[in-house]
Amino acid sequence: MKLENKIWDKAECLSRDEIENIQVQKLRATVKQVMSVPFYAQKFKEIGIGPEDIKSVADVRHLPFTTKTDMRNNYPLGLMAVPKEKVLRFHGSSGTTGKPTFVAYTKNDLEMWSDMVARFLYAGGARPGNTAQISFGYGLFTGGFGLHYGLEKIGSSIIPAASGNTRRQFTLLQDLKPELLVCTPTYALRLIEYMEEEKIPRESLNLKVAFLGSEPWTEDMRLYIEDKLQVNTCNNYGLSEVIGPGISGECVYHTGMHIQEDYFLVECLDPETLEPVPDGQLGELVITALNKEAMPMIRYRTRDLAYLISDTDCPCGRTTKRMSRIKGRSDDMLIIRGVNVFPSQVEEALLQCKDVTPNFLIVLDRPGSLDRSVVKVEMAPAFFSDKMSEMQMLKNRLEETIRSYTGIHFEVDLVQPQSIERFTGKAARVIDNRPKEK
Amino acid sequence: MKTAKQLSVFLENKPGHAYNICKTLGDAGINIFTLSLADTNQFGLLRLIVENPETAGELLKKSGVIVNITELLAVKIDNRPGVLAKIYELLSSLDINLEYAYAFAMRRIFLLRVSDNEKAFQILSENDFTLLSHEELFSDEN
Ligand SMILES: [Zn+2]
Repeated sequence: MKLENKIWDKAECLSRDEIENIQVQKLRATVKQVMSVPFYAQKFKEIGIGPEDIKSVADVRHLPFTTKTDMRNNYPLGLMAVPKEKVLRFHGSSGTTGKPTFVAYTKNDLEMWSDMVARFLYAGGARPGNTAQISFGYGLFTGGFGLHYGLEKIGSSIIPAASGNTRRQFTLLQDLKPELLVCTPTYALRLIEYMEEEKIPRESLNLKVAFLGSEPWTEDMRLYIEDKLQVNTCNNYGLSEVIGPGISGECVYHTGMHIQEDYFLVECLDPETLEPVPDGQLGELVITALNKEAMPMIRYRTRDLAYLISDTDCPCGRTTKRMSRIKGRSDDMLIIRGVNVFPSQVEEALLQCKDVTPNFLIVLDRPGSLDRSVVKVEMAPAFFSDKMSEMQMLKNRLEETIRSYTGIHFEVDLVQPQSIERFTGKAARVIDNRPKEK
Repeated sequence: MKTAKQLSVFLENKPGHAYNICKTLGDAGINIFTLSLADTNQFGLLRLIVENPETAGELLKKSGVIVNITELLAVKIDNRPGVLAKIYELLSSLDINLEYAYAFAMRRIFLLRVSDNEKAFQILSENDFTLLSHEELFSDEN
């Protein structure tokens, strides 16, 4: 299938002035709207800010942040701005600590959500008449329904396969021959694994595009999935606290995810100082919803790390600001000798170096007054040399690459393959032996 | 061309690692003909000459260490003075790098890791040095 490039909505192609004009008007209206929510009203009163103070997009920085904790403290529906009778749908996100947090949608909210999803699906090549298999869970999770609405809006037919039961997934893929697949990148890997185990020929499938999202993934995974499934893949981003999938999504050119700027104001801030970082520099995404009725959201701290892209135009013709993949979580941030470092930066650096496996362990100490930072890295057998000079060069090269990604010097400690425990969470990748600051 | 086969083993900066490797080989009845250890603060390289390097290499790989096999030149040296200087001189006359070298003193054998085995073998043979194959290292005649 030729990847044609068409635009779903002219809102994706406005000039910078036009976009900012829309944003500032909607932001002012949103501030006025949330005055009816005691949580926001009180915060705004404390700061002494009101709708009349919003004169430019940059004025969003005067507004207070909203966090996951605020959502929990206002459980279940304290952040709602409409009476419950106006709500058409509830979704929820699983919390790590028991109860989910709920989000609510009015009729207009669902309409907007469908439109956002339709835009990125269309940008990635979904068309009326296509068939799409949705292998996302349906339920409280926003992924399944969000993609469902977007596809319906475009006019693609939907196979609501939901997640799991891989054998049945293949029955549907082979017999109904969908061109489009919607799932998590991890599930795409599982499908590939199953396909190889069961020797399912690629020719028995008709897939052209896979829309992958709802969890962070890497360019390496993209290359692998595109090669094995012979599809074009498109990344998309969203989070249920703000709305669900569709805040941004890639077009066929893979130049970063186009942000739906007329619906969301996305800031990228230093997670420590909470000051904006320049475009191109990693920071935490902070998102303000500009169009929501049931549960508006002011400056939600996503904890997701990415960077904004504005220095190049996308050949697709969309003029919206773009964002990178999610590179990690700001909760993971380490401060080493005054510099913000994310374990994901070390991982990225190591992925560039074929001489080692990407398994690593950061060990931090403070023997005197300065932090000592060591990264233990597993040697790849193919690159082992009996020459000391080559091994030293390898170590120096690794240290140089890590420095270029993190801005600080890590001493590289080469270790045996398989000797670093396979990590399952952030805790396992960092051992911080430094004395705790008061 | 005759060469000797060396096992090179990657050592982590961990106490007892080199000992464990020698013990693994010893427990399997593999004799270490000679060895050389190079290390820095962060890691080390253990270089071993054993009679059957392929078997020993497989054994070590199974125990989880990184191993590779490198071909060295094994030169017989007699007791006359200046012989090592002579070898260096010959190699450098052809721009051959000597990466490292170590000796098996009891048998007066010098093990050389050079940048170009073919060229080094040629020039040393032409200058009446005796070079041994891996098997010859272990024969009583030498
Ligand atoms: Zn584009």
